[in-house]
Amino acid sequence: MSIRTLALASLSFFALAAPGFADTTITILHVNDNKAAVKIWDQSAADYNAAHKGVKVEFKYLENEAFKAKLPTMLQSEASRPAAFYSWGGGVMEAQAKAGFLKDIKGEVGDVVKTLSPTAVDAFTVDGKLYGLPFDTDAVPIFYNKALFAKAGVKPEDMQSWDGFLAGVKKLKAAGITPIVVGAGEKWPMHFWYSYFVMRIGGAHALADAKAGKDGGFKNPIFVEAGKKLQELAALQPFQPGYASTSHAQSAAIFGDGKAAMDLMGSWLLGMQGPNASNGKGQPEANIGVMPFPTLPGGKGEIGDTLGGVHAFLVTKTAAAETADFLKFFSSEKYAKEAAEVGAYIPVVNGTAAYIKDPLVKQIAEMLAKTKYHQNFFDQDLGPSVGRVINDVSVDVAASKMTPEAAAAAIQDAEEQQ
Amino acid sequence: MSTTAYEENPGRAGMRAASALVILLPPALLLFTLFVIWPIGEASWYSLFNWNGLGPVDRFIGLKNYKWAFESAVFQRAIFNNLLVIVVSLAIQLPLALGVALLVSGRAWGSVVFRMIFFLPYVLADIAAGLIWRFMFDGDYGLAAALTHALGMKPVYLLASDPWAFSAILAVVVWKYFGFHMMLYVAGLQGVDKSLLEAAEIDGANAWQKFRHVTLPMLAPMIRLSIFFAVVGSLQLFDFVAALTRGGPFDTTHTMVSFLYYFGVTRMRVGFGSAVGDVLFVVCVAFAWGYRRWVMRDD
Repeated sequence: MSIRTLALASLSFFALAAPGFADTTITILHVNDNKAAVKIWDQSAADYNAAHKGVKVEFKYLENEAFKAKLPTMLQSEASRPAAFYSWGGGVMEAQAKAGFLKDIKGEVGDVVKTLSPTAVDAFTVDGKLYGLPFDTDAVPIFYNKALFAKAGVKPEDMQSWDGFLAGVKKLKAAGITPIVVGAGEKWPMHFWYSYFVMRIGGAHALADAKAGKDGGFKNPIFVEAGKKLQELAALQPFQPGYASTSHAQSAAIFGDGKAAMDLMGSWLLGMQGPNASNGKGQPEANIGVMPFPTLPGGKGEIGDTLGGVHAFLVTKTAAAETADFLKFFSSEKYAKEAAEVGAYIPVVNGTAAYIKDPLVKQIAEMLAKTKYHQNFFDQDLGPSVGRVINDVSVDVAASKMTPEAAAAAIQDAEEQQ
Repeated sequence: MSTTAYEENPGRAGMRAASALVILLPPALLLFTLFVIWPIGEASWYSLFNWNGLGPVDRFIGLKNYKWAFESAVFQRAIFNNLLVIVVSLAIQLPLALGVALLVSGRAWGSVVFRMIFFLPYVLADIAAGLIWRFMFDGDYGLAAALTHALGMKPVYLLASDPWAFSAILAVVVWKYFGFHMMLYVAGLQGVDKSLLEAAEIDGANAWQKFRHVTLPMLAPMIRLSIFFAVVGSLQLFDFVAALTRGGPFDTTHTMVSFLYYFGVTRMRVGFGSAVGDVLFVVCVAFAWGYRRWVMRDD
């Protein structure tokens, strides 16, 4: 090898490597283990990187629990702080914002917020500051097994009222069918029940009022009454035997195996009930129905009010300017449409939910489109400390280990200890 | 300056010891301070604050975290559970380990195989063992389900049962660790002087007398050591709780460490968790120091 070729080789090496030195790396941490969704995200990053020389956007996955445990530490130092990260909004985001780790990107993203669902954008706005851009949303309906309903002679349209719902549960019991499956071993699935009772009794302002300390805070009659309703339901023994130790994955398996008639769960159940079922397939979608949570007599909540999550990528205070720019790019119709088409999630870009093909997910998206009050999951809204207490007491009340009054007081205590 | 060799030598030795100290002590001291003293001090400091791990540590609340912890029914139950693990370890696990050790301490081929088999659970990672047992206890799909089905009984959900779930954890603890204590005893038994046993035999001692008056006293240091390991291990129990029950049902199966994790770490209550950690630390140190001071002083 002559000196010249060596020199040429090293020159071309530096020529190739040169852009690498100028790279701005933008790391986005997330917890999504839905492969279809992550594929679209990675593609969006690759597209952006190709169009922007010197910028490298990358999505990095961390397992849910690990993410939650590590993030507070990672946020402390500039070296370990990601440019953006996955968020459920609510109390945790507020604490992060209060500690000064987040960046207001309202000015940077400009008009793109107008193309997104306003309730989703609101969920990531604190005191007029926008800390990130939402990308998906979800609602929790009651999924039911059509064949089991038919066998017990239960009609979903009769289940919209509380009396009708209880009558349906009794019919299922009489037919030897487990009416409801709940993964209470992980607690939060039971808190969906408690949350919906609060929403149906107290309406759109119940949770916000309690947080603001109005009328005794969480000790107010709405939360006590919600506990009583949960106990009224639990008295019929509607849950699968051993529910107190059932994990979320097991509960999906039980539903997939057709061993229980109803599951109050997010739309991700559709992706879980198959793989977790004994035969690996679960219930065919044609045998699964979707219905809203019943209304309660005298309650202020409406049948159309929904409980569910909404997710965004929040931008940290030291993130490069390109971070907000990428999120703008990421929020374009193209990726939202793709996510809708493959059924990865329900996107929040206006109009893209129409591209959803899966009939059940489509029904949930329609519920979301019509809702006048969409409530973020209570445990996310309230933050990790009070939120987990709600989860604890939901299970304890359902099992009559705790009175509804004591449960309401326990939530209020946690709020005051925050 | 004139000094005699007699005076000079101790001085030199002292110098040498001092220089050895100067060279060898700092690294150890630094590491110990950095990774033991500092975090403990920091935890004690945080335990006086209401802090969620984000932002400045500025909400001083005195000893309230400790008050909240001791007022919590779940924490009280966790302490009770820790005591229960200790009692079961001492009353069931160690006698069982000793009994098995007596059976397999010989040098016969069979003994070696059985020693291996009994030691095997100890080699498994705690979390893996916990998950295996979780599956076995499962009333729908697990071994328990197959068993109750074969017997024509109604399915039993041990891990969902309020009074019995913790017994399941206790059973797994005994299963997992008795092999370790058995090995300690086997090692101890091999050090028992055979001539003493023979002498006792010649004097007409029966098997029980030989065990009670020769083997047991000779084994005492090993027993004291194994009690120490059992108690400290019991206080630190976490993995099985996480894998088997996550503290459920109804928060009845927590230990102090799982309480720290599920009520401190995952709830972002760093101050509260630090307070629980401090309580645990004091209990461990008090036990370790007291035990070594009064029980193991001759070992």
